[in-house]
Amino acid sequence: MAYSDKVIDHYTNPRNVGTLDKSSHKVGTGLVGAPECGDVMRLQIQVDDNNVITDAKFKTFGCGSAIASSSLATEWLKGKSIDDAMKIDNMDIVEELALPPVKIHCSVLAEDAIKAAINDFRVKNGLAPIESEKVHH
Amino acid sequence: MNIPIYLDNNATTPMDPRVLEAMLPYFNEKFGNAASRNHAFGWVAEEAVDYAREQVAKLIGASEKEIIFTSGATESDNLAIKGVFEMYKDKGNHIITTVTEHKAVLDACKHVEKLGGKVTYLPVKEDGLVDLAALEAAMTPETILVSIMYGNNEIGVIQPIKEISAIAHKHGALFMTDAVQAVGKIPVDVNADGIDLLALSAHKIYGPKGVGALYVRRKGPRVKVTAQMDGGGHERGMRSGTLNVPGIVGLGKACELCGQEMESEAKRLSALRDKLQSALTVLEESYVNGNVEHRLPHVANISFKYVEGEGLMMAMKDLAVSSGSACTSASLEPSYVLKSLGLSDDLAHSSIRFGLGRFTTEEEVDYAIEVTKKAVTHLRDLSPLWEMFKEGIDLNSIEWAEH
Repeated sequence: MAYSDKVIDHYTNPRNVGTLDKSSHKVGTGLVGAPECGDVMRLQIQVDDNNVITDAKFKTFGCGSAIASSSLATEWLKGKSIDDAMKIDNMDIVEELALPPVKIHCSVLAEDAIKAAINDFRVKNGLAPIESEKVHH
Repeated sequence: MNIPIYLDNNATTPMDPRVLEAMLPYFNEKFGNAASRNHAFGWVAEEAVDYAREQVAKLIGASEKEIIFTSGATESDNLAIKGVFEMYKDKGNHIITTVTEHKAVLDACKHVEKLGGKVTYLPVKEDGLVDLAALEAAMTPETILVSIMYGNNEIGVIQPIKEISAIAHKHGALFMTDAVQAVGKIPVDVNADGIDLLALSAHKIYGPKGVGALYVRRKGPRVKVTAQMDGGGHERGMRSGTLNVPGIVGLGKACELCGQEMESEAKRLSALRDKLQSALTVLEESYVNGNVEHRLPHVANISFKYVEGEGLMMAMKDLAVSSGSACTSASLEPSYVLKSLGLSDDLAHSSIRFGLGRFTTEEEVDYAIEVTKKAVTHLRDLSPLWEMFKEGIDLNSIEWAEH
């Protein structure tokens, strides 16, 4: 299967690879997926006092599309308020990276990772987690 | 050195130029139908087919009358399994095979089950070999056929064929083997090995695609299979259809070359394979899958823990290899062969199969080592699992959300 140029670009030069201090109350961490399924994403956000994401880092175990989806997600997250970040939809990622149908689950995982990171941040700061209404299949 | 480097010789092999040369006249100049008995065009074609039959037979220690030409090993497997089931249904309805067989065997067996047959799918041991005691225990008076592959396509392990055939025969069953990966790579002898039916394919041994053969024993016992296609009664009535003369000539030539070069080639390839394997298993947390002692000379299947096979292959785009990861399939299920060795799903997802071949050079192997090492390191730098492993976190202690 041929990958799109954007997937290859993110895969070859992944943006924002790394680790933030997960014990900090300013950092939200989302760890989603399972090794058995061949995909695990860890996405972290650093949030300032105005609820704006100032930094985002990821590490991903998975195929090229999974790596590209999480790399792209970190790019999009930086500079966004956490409310706006919550609105990132997996289909935006599918469109941007031109993912084929068999790779849509990679974008779903990236969206799940974003929401998990935000909720981790919210819980750490005494806020209730936001339930996602979207049901993925 | 040409990039990308082809290291997927278990999937298919490039055709040897000597094979192509032998085939060419049979496309136009010598185009006759081998079944045309009444003119020179037919005689020339028939002569070529007869010669190829001898070449194929010689490679596996058979007689030329025991070779049935087919369209490939999938057809041979189907003809053997369904054909034996139909021919021997008065004798019994039970077939024994293993879970690590090629899909052509497994799915032909499933078809037999639909027709009312009983099939036992034997598990394999951790090293990929059949447990002989389990085979013995599975034999019943109803067992008509044991079908176990010679060498495995994914991990390269070689089954104890002599012992398996002896057990089958002791209980009055026939023994069939899918020997696609073994023929032409290691010595295979239908008499010494006790084989009654054997499937082989041309394109795995530097011959053309679309042609293969089924060996059907003629003496001690005389084995028969019911034809699975109706037609002109070619190939002793077992396989109708005008013979693919150029393809058959190519298969014959490919067998002849393997017979001449197999011994030295096996030595050369196993030395290169061992070099590749030792260099890559120096990497932390890398494991060879399957028995390393009883193994085809040109295959190494290695899992690089904490990286995902498909992602890894993308970083190895200069190498044509294959992975046990099935990230592209809708089921997300990794290789059933690796899973049947008891490998956890994550290790199965992390596997790469290197398949060397006649045209693989040492320079290419050296390059493959470099590329693979770099790719594994790159992917591990990106892997949260690798980071956790390095921090001493037990991955089994984490509650993963399966998706």
